[in-house]
Amino acid sequence: MKVMAQMGMVMNLDKCIGCHTCSVTCKQAWTNRSGLEYAWFNNVETRPGQGYPRRYEDQEKAKGGWVRNRRGRIHLKGGSKARRLLSIFSNPRMLNIKDYYEPWTYEYDNLISAPLGQQTPVARPKSLLTGKPMKIEWSANWDDDLGGGPSNIEKDPILQKLSEDVTTKVKLAFEETFMFYLPRICEHCLNPACVAACPSGAMYKRAEDGIVLVDQQQCRGWRMCISACPYKKVYFNHKTGKAEKCTMCYPRLEIGMPTVCSETCVGRLRYLGLFLYDADKVLEAASIEDEKALYQAQLDLLLDPNDPEVLAAARAEGIPEDWLLAAQNSPVYKLAKVYKIALPLHPEYRTMPMVWYVPPLSPIVDVLTETGHDGEEAGNLFGAINALRVPLAYLAELFSAGDIEVVENTLRKLSAMRSYMRDINLGREPRPEIPEAVGMTQESIYEMYRLLAIAKYEDRYVIPAAHSEQARELENMGCSLDGVDMGEKFGGPFGQASGNPVPVTIENFHIMRDRQSK
Amino acid sequence: MSSTSILLWSVLPYLAIGSFVIGLVWRYRFDKFSWTTRSSQIYEGKLLSFAGPMFHLGLFAVIGGHIVGLLVPQSFTELIGLSQEAYHFGAVTMGGAAGFATVIGIFLLIYRRRTTATVFAATTKNDKTMYVFLVATLLAGCSATLSSAGVIGDEHNYRETVAPWVRSILLLHPDGTLMQSTPLAFRIHAAIAMSLFIIWPFTRLVHALSAPVGYIFRPSLIYRTRDNESTTGNRKARPGWERIKY
Repeated sequence: MKVMAQMGMVMNLDKCIGCHTCSVTCKQAWTNRSGLEYAWFNNVETRPGQGYPRRYEDQEKAKGGWVRNRRGRIHLKGGSKARRLLSIFSNPRMLNIKDYYEPWTYEYDNLISAPLGQQTPVARPKSLLTGKPMKIEWSANWDDDLGGGPSNIEKDPILQKLSEDVTTKVKLAFEETFMFYLPRICEHCLNPACVAACPSGAMYKRAEDGIVLVDQQQCRGWRMCISACPYKKVYFNHKTGKAEKCTMCYPRLEIGMPTVCSETCVGRLRYLGLFLYDADKVLEAASIEDEKALYQAQLDLLLDPNDPEVLAAARAEGIPEDWLLAAQNSPVYKLAKVYKIALPLHPEYRTMPMVWYVPPLSPIVDVLTETGHDGEEAGNLFGAINALRVPLAYLAELFSAGDIEVVENTLRKLSAMRSYMRDINLGREPRPEIPEAVGMTQESIYEMYRLLAIAKYEDRYVIPAAHSEQARELENMGCSLDGVDMGEKFGGPFGQASGNPVPVTIENFHIMRDRQSK
Repeated sequence: MSSTSILLWSVLPYLAIGSFVIGLVWRYRFDKFSWTTRSSQIYEGKLLSFAGPMFHLGLFAVIGGHIVGLLVPQSFTELIGLSQEAYHFGAVTMGGAAGFATVIGIFLLIYRRRTTATVFAATTKNDKTMYVFLVATLLAGCSATLSSAGVIGDEHNYRETVAPWVRSILLLHPDGTLMQSTPLAFRIHAAIAMSLFIIWPFTRLVHALSAPVGYIFRPSLIYRTRDNESTTGNRKARPGWERIKY
């Protein structure tokens, strides 16, 4: 057993209102640069929908992820190493910028510099690639909120995968169809296809926290990672010619701060914490034959942080005590493994993704309420989950390789929680048979409710700081709200410029600004 | 031997080697970030899908032919029973085919670069300069091949002139007189090629030196510990500027 720590994320889709705040703040922090105009390390897509980049889930085209061969071994769907090297001069799976969208700006200057004329001057869209006027035809959220209607939505690879009659059903009742939002970042997989595909060896998984990164000094722009990632979460910076991706905001995590997307999430639906997993078993788990068993195999990789044997093995690997404590308090471990309500996105890609999702119950509650039923009554809900096969099959294609039972079980737990808590909130006698019906106790369902509904900041984010003296110093620096006299702390007897260089963070940006005004 | 000849065939080769080696070391140490293919495939893929491999694979064959033709002495091939006529026939046909593919490939690539608005917008002045030298080298090389085959002017055995000259350079005993009797096409090709080597480290051509052969032998997944990372990327700190170890 080789115990490794992995920073993981859970998103509670029931709470996502599709406001795109995570995407925008992420963009401002990381990709607001030339060459990455089109790239969204975090994006929010409406499902059903084509996603971003368009139809990325169609692995027959871009050949992302891993496949299992007849001998029971897994290899990249894009082919062998030799084949990848042979196609290095032109990667046949490479995405075109139009698969994302052509980035543009507007000729704002024309609004004030246009000569006096009969017509009001307009700001025409201008391509950021060619500098020429262009027609805007697609963007990262072109089909937001089912925009574009059936003609767009029916190109959703998942809808197409579901049987023919289901597609017709969704199309016929389009106005009544279900809809939910899916925020996506890099999955920081345990078995990352991008790392395996990189010819230069520039991509790597950090041994301490499992974050997948691109070494910018070592990347040579062979662009194999772009197509090998089944989630299409590695982007090609077309100005520098190098791959870039979500870093899970590691500079923030290292000092115990949550990622930008989590911190700014309006719905407070993101959870960050540690998993302990057995690195020796990853390959074996990813090679399991039955795709539907991959979810369970992934769960089995996650080790119980309260098991003394696991703790001893973790200590032997040099995982520090505060990290073990953080793993024991990890909200993501509870949601994924203890309550089993968080599911991985597309486990069938065999990458062992480490961003998990609590599937949305709300579409089902909404449909129930619209039909005149009590949407939160346990009996009604349990029945409805079974009756509404379309959303269920769709969710199963996303989160459990098509195993409807897995999704059904999580939704039953969520609806049990709603019904059970409603009795408490309305001052009625709590009914222990509701948690029992889903294999939970009153205590555990109440704890789950605390984590999902109350979702305190310190419960959502359990992030141990990185172990290096520099990071500890950063941690001690605190933020401007601490009430510390920053002049004393930063100025010191030798003035601002002496001592260690102060890293640029939002905090010290504000501190510097405050100092200027004094 | 005129002073121009000495400069061209005894001095310029060492300038080229010096610029190439020192330039590459400098670029690797101080500007590793820009060491990339600067691929434009994200903008356009259809033309590239055949022009890219055609140019690169053609070039591999051309480079292989140069290595054999310039470094293996004629006496050696004759010793193993390969007559000059047979060798020459093989070199001209295979070299000609490879050169032809390379030239067609680069013209397709330049056509693509010029006509695709996105790719053209991403083309720098540095790229354009490099293309001039690269295309000139290739065209001069092709005309030298034709010249050695006797299509242009008299047939010429470069293995008695150019090849010994290259070896004399590498053995640090330059003999420029060997180049004086060669047809003009060979001299032009050699001179432009040397200037291409001079500018090489300062262009996108550096990506040729990072061909990822090691990929075949490494494990699929790579783990790195955080402690290996320094704040200055992977580059070692300059002497006197090492970080304090706590």
